[in-house]
Amino acid sequence: MSNIQNAFKNGKAFIPFITCGDPDLDTTQEIVREAVKNGADLIELGIPFSDPTAEGPVIQGANIRALAGGVTTDKIFDMVANLRKDVTIPLVFMTYANVVFSYGADRFLSKCRQIGIDGIILPDLPFEERDEFLPTCRKYGVDLISLIAPTSANRIGMISREAEGFIYIVSSLGVTGTRSEFSSDLSSLVEIVRQNTSLPCAIGFGISTPEHATHMASIADGAIVGSAVIKIIEKYGKDAAKPVGEYVKSMKEAVMKANATVCAED
Amino acid sequence: MEFNNIDFSTYFKNYPDDKGYFGKYGGSYIPPELQAAMDEISEAYQTICKSSKFISELRRIRKEFQGRPTPISYLERLSGKLGNVQLYVKREDLNHTGAHKLNHCMGEVLLAKYMGKKKVIAETGAGQHGVALATAAAYFGLECDIYMGAVDVKKQAPNVARMKILGARVVEVTDGLQTLKEAVDAAFDAYCKEYKDAIYCIGSVVGPHPFPMMVRDFQSVVGIEAREQFLSMTGELPDAIVACVGGGSNAMGFFSGFLNDPVEIYGVEPLGRGTALGDHAASITYGSEGVMHGFNSIMLKDKNGDPAPVYSIASGLDYPSSGPEHAFLHDIGRVKYDVVNDDDTIDAFFELSRMEGIIPAIESSHAVAYGIKLAQKMGKGSVLINLSGRGDKDMDYIIEKYGIR
Repeated sequence: MSNIQNAFKNGKAFIPFITCGDPDLDTTQEIVREAVKNGADLIELGIPFSDPTAEGPVIQGANIRALAGGVTTDKIFDMVANLRKDVTIPLVFMTYANVVFSYGADRFLSKCRQIGIDGIILPDLPFEERDEFLPTCRKYGVDLISLIAPTSANRIGMISREAEGFIYIVSSLGVTGTRSEFSSDLSSLVEIVRQNTSLPCAIGFGISTPEHATHMASIADGAIVGSAVIKIIEKYGKDAAKPVGEYVKSMKEAVMKANATVCAED
Repeated sequence: MEFNNIDFSTYFKNYPDDKGYFGKYGGSYIPPELQAAMDEISEAYQTICKSSKFISELRRIRKEFQGRPTPISYLERLSGKLGNVQLYVKREDLNHTGAHKLNHCMGEVLLAKYMGKKKVIAETGAGQHGVALATAAAYFGLECDIYMGAVDVKKQAPNVARMKILGARVVEVTDGLQTLKEAVDAAFDAYCKEYKDAIYCIGSVVGPHPFPMMVRDFQSVVGIEAREQFLSMTGELPDAIVACVGGGSNAMGFFSGFLNDPVEIYGVEPLGRGTALGDHAASITYGSEGVMHGFNSIMLKDKNGDPAPVYSIASGLDYPSSGPEHAFLHDIGRVKYDVVNDDDTIDAFFELSRMEGIIPAIESSHAVAYGIKLAQKMGKGSVLINLSGRGDKDMDYIIEKYGIR
């Protein structure tokens, strides 16, 4: 069992997403530590890419700010190595296929292992193309986390059976961003996932309020929040650690309120 | 014809494969929430577009609405000046709306109609693709939403006006840098939400499978016509053919007619101001393998591996990558890719205008410039250039920047 599943040991998980280097890497470190202190169970660290295909304006903005500040993949590796001196919760990278590809998959994943990254999420890597990266991920013990969207109905079972780490369920159609409506058949989607894997599953895309988080955590094992966190960072810049911490605290409390009938341990 | 162990007599059956790969290039690198929509287009394309009803309707439209076949013109004065070489141009500038773009837009929107869609969605940078798509949507009576960065909306006012006159809705995108990149994201986002009623229409042989194949196939009419016309005009095949390559749609359609022939094929990329990164958009010539915008191809990267900033005098060639099939044809050596800079392009623009009475698009002027150079180098034989569009849209810019020579 990978370290990632430890994130789901303490009840429902809250998973924030943070773009590395927005506004700078020192602030990112502060934010990560503050999020951990306030109950984050796993953190998704975004490696910025200039041409992402699944990001809404908020996260695109974070990418632009981070890249303008001169962040590079190597600098992010150094930052994570530094974080790992005291941060023990699972950490995963979220980035795009090109970033791994351009760095060299073997080099990238061996670095991940070396600095203590537990998994990677590549939203533009379709399930059918996983073979390109999977052997290298296995070689270095880094989970390649699969995304499942409401549209991929006939593929949900197949993807679930082959999944590693946890299952990232995309709440609704469209790019990332905060929204008020969610795909109505999420419960049945989660149900199909449950039938095919014992891995925990978390729901992301468009979650912002504690009410959303409670709702999502009642359906699945956790909630993932990106854009709402990035908005706080956008607003407070270098002083974002404290307000992000407070937000994480409120969201962790919200997911703990959820009482799903089905748990990951079932 | 066999070339580097690839049998070009069966090439179109095998390339791309059923996952959308041309060798190692192509594929479909998109988030899962988009894949279902792509699968729907793939399936519809495979069934509907191969039906005789679809094919005969598209043929009729090409003839009666687009004015096809477009002719091949012999460049008599220019050839005379060059000596013993014959230069010819395939006149896509005479296709309705003044460029090759309408060839795939009519195909894509006809497919949308057969699929029962009510709307077509696309992004546009300079506005050329937007205008062609708006034209096709007007013809078939479908709604058309064109996403365009706010900066581009200001820069490309005449094309914005054209799209609006044609009844399209131009959606101004005000996120980030407010250019093509943000327009692509906004268009994808809209498509994700509306894909049950809408279809996304890409503007070149790029993007996830099936677009590189579908756009090539719709554009292949250019190559098929050109081959037949050249044979009946001269009794033989040209020794060499030339087309400009940005994303690569005009080139791919044109080349596809000659891949199985003993004809030298040249793709011309924009060298812009020079060879430094950021000064050109010659992605195949100077790039390396990478993944962006949903496909794997050769692209220009910065030191971090991200798509690099690019420049070309021609906004239609200003793209950091090219279609995956170009990357493949480059690797196997079937097509040679070379570059032409801004200055030589401007010279060719005036040369063709004054020697032949044809004002070429600044994109197509790259191919003309290379064709002239190639002819001088060859000394004898024939060169057929794809004149992908007319230059009306470029005249203000050229007069302002270079003056009347």
